[in-house]
Amino acid sequence: MYDIIIVGAGPAGLTAALYALRANKKVLVLEAKTYGGQIINAHKIDNYPGMKGVSGFELATNLYNQVKELGVEYRTEEVIGIEEDKTVVTQKNKYNAKAIILATGAENRKLGLENEHKYIGRGVSYCATCDGNFYKGKTVAVAGGGNTALEDAIYLANIAEKVYLIHRRDEFRGEAKYVDELKTKENVEFVLNSNVIKINGDSKIESLEVQDKEGKIRTIETNALFIAIGQEPRNEIFKNLINIDRYGYIESEDGVHTNQQGIYVAGDARVKTLRQLVTAMSDGAIAADTAIKEEE
Amino acid sequence: MSVIKISENEFEEKIKNSEKKVLVDCYADWCGPCKMLAPVIEELSEEVPDCEFYKLNVDESGEIAEKYGIMSIPTVLIFKNNELIDTLVGFRTKEELKKILTGE
Repeated sequence: MYDIIIVGAGPAGLTAALYALRANKKVLVLEAKTYGGQIINAHKIDNYPGMKGVSGFELATNLYNQVKELGVEYRTEEVIGIEEDKTVVTQKNKYNAKAIILATGAENRKLGLENEHKYIGRGVSYCATCDGNFYKGKTVAVAGGGNTALEDAIYLANIAEKVYLIHRRDEFRGEAKYVDELKTKENVEFVLNSNVIKINGDSKIESLEVQDKEGKIRTIETNALFIAIGQEPRNEIFKNLINIDRYGYIESEDGVHTNQQGIYVAGDARVKTLRQLVTAMSDGAIAADTAIKEEE
Repeated sequence: MSVIKISENEFEEKIKNSEKKVLVDCYADWCGPCKMLAPVIEELSEEVPDCEFYKLNVDESGEIAEKYGIMSIPTVLIFKNNELIDTLVGFRTKEELKKILTGE
């Protein structure tokens, strides 16, 4: 029996572990892939207070080592469900705890095209800073209208020969200063009021089919499609017990409790307005502290 | 065993002259997920003795990246008898990789 089981080893989950371990609790962290979560894709973080320019990998690794030193039990096992008596079920084992913190985070939202998955690593990418370098002097497309899409387009405009920015509306959700900067770049073409409906190519992307509001279809020749249309959570496996909203985020009135006693939520997995490193870590600390106080 | 860093020039020779399965971890220094994968491959090389393990910096190996259509890293290439038998894009757990290598 553990005091606290934490599902997910991103910034929220590891911070929860840090606070729980420092309170001398017996903690198990379960992670399906690798620690760090989405932040490991960030080459340079400029909005983490006090550590300008730190890499996501470095920050995540420091945090991981910090909880390791404190004696965390860490297992690479995918959680497939939880039960009412606070049993956490993985693909291999079952674990019991007095409290559970769900810190499952989010992953990149897919466009939902039929063959999208087939082209991952063959032109489809969800991370411009990771894969942009492979397109030096080539043509790329970015799909999306938020800050990430705009930042990606700016980043890629400095590497690629040509950048298409495809957005389903005619206005951007992202900040105006990014839009203004993009407008000054001669190699960026805005494709607005348009959706990507098809990816073409044999072993890699050769072109996209894009449909505008009037239903007109245009073919865009490109070597890559960077998809930056936000995140999606993965909480389907908990919905037998936990209330989730229509987008899949865990509902919480105060940002820490779920509808189940003894089961808490932290980080991107929950309904919230600002999904950032600091807010994820803050959630983790509060979840651990609340769990400790309430389970005593 | 451990993971040996190879250059673009050594690549063909290593693949060609091996009777074992050869795993090549294609990475770059600026890639976070690559850094996550590196220790996994290192552990794997200790646990799976019937394979050879190499790592290749794609920033220094443009031609190989081009030849194998590497557009996202980390990418793991697996060869047998000089033939590419698997291309894995993105982070994989040790268990996933072990299963692919040993078939267990």
